[in-house]
Amino acid sequence: MAEDERKATPDDLDKRLKSVRQAYQKGVGRSSKPAQSAGGEKLGVGMRVAVELVAGVVAGAFLGLMADRWLGTKPWLLILGFVLGCGAAFLNVYRVAQAEERRGKSPPGTE
Amino acid sequence: MASPVEQFAIQNLTAPLFSIGGNHIAVTNSAVFMMAAVAVSSVLLVAGASRGAMIPGRFQAMSELFYEFIANMIRDNVGNAGKKFFPFIFTLFIFTLFGNLLGLLPYGFTFTSHIAVTFFMALVVFLAVTLIGIFKHGLHFFSLFFPHGAPLFTAPILIPIEIVSYLSRPISLSVRLFANMTVGHVLLKVLAGFVVALGIFGVVPLVVLVAITALEVLIALLQAYIFTILCCIYLNDALHLH
Repeated sequence: MAEDERKATPDDLDKRLKSVRQAYQKGVGRSSKPAQSAGGEKLGVGMRVAVELVAGVVAGAFLGLMADRWLGTKPWLLILGFVLGCGAAFLNVYRVAQAEERRGKSPPGTE
Repeated sequence: MASPVEQFAIQNLTAPLFSIGGNHIAVTNSAVFMMAAVAVSSVLLVAGASRGAMIPGRFQAMSELFYEFIANMIRDNVGNAGKKFFPFIFTLFIFTLFGNLLGLLPYGFTFTSHIAVTFFMALVVFLAVTLIGIFKHGLHFFSLFFPHGAPLFTAPILIPIEIVSYLSRPISLSVRLFANMTVGHVLLKVLAGFVVALGIFGVVPLVVLVAITALEVLIALLQAYIFTILCCIYLNDALHLH
């Protein structure tokens, strides 16, 4: 009891928090949490990929269209923008997949 | 029968207050629900934070849950440099979340189902993140547009693609939220139309409707989460150039 009375430093508190957290992770924390959120998370990733595909093409085509209207080079910049947009869309999707893979590799419970 | 998209109509609730560039600005149902989202979230969070008890009550537990959720999100996705931006990210999350959820109430209006609202929010985030990046890194920020270690002769192809990819961010951010909310609400209304039209057999779509309503609550939470976490990821890109 007397030990608790003395002034606790932040380091002590950190140590105690860490040990409590580890005990918690071993017990209840790990088994219930990831399984619950997995369904929603996957739905979110699917949505991200789908929208990312469309958004890249739309952005590229829109930029091309605006540049065409500005410079009066009717179809050419639109075509170029569309192609670049497709590239950007695939790049975005690739990045989403890459980020997901990186997250999947880290062991559960560390986040 | 009412059209399924009638729920998205903007109605003026007051006489026009003033006009900007020929557009008469009045208080609309959309504006009322935005104010409601701000008011409800403020009351809930202030009520939760005011007691500061050691053992939290209902509201305090809820506020702390929100706080820790966003604080963890920023720590995991942005790191310590992101802590300065906590108030902004938190506001963004709560505003989107309550906008989505209040829209699910009967007679509710979902302001997040309007591309004007979501695109403006995305644009603010996009400009803010870009300016933060430029202020922090100066011209070095533009190295974001050329992947590190790529051969130099690929630059004419890669740089335009990277720029288009960067500019597509506000579009994907806003379209995702807008499309999810709009589609969900149209689906609910169409199924509700079946319930009325099928008479006694309307029980079948009614059961589906109940399930879809639960799914809509999930989607409302999920989309607010995704909107916020993507803002965190964009912020991270601007703060720590790869």
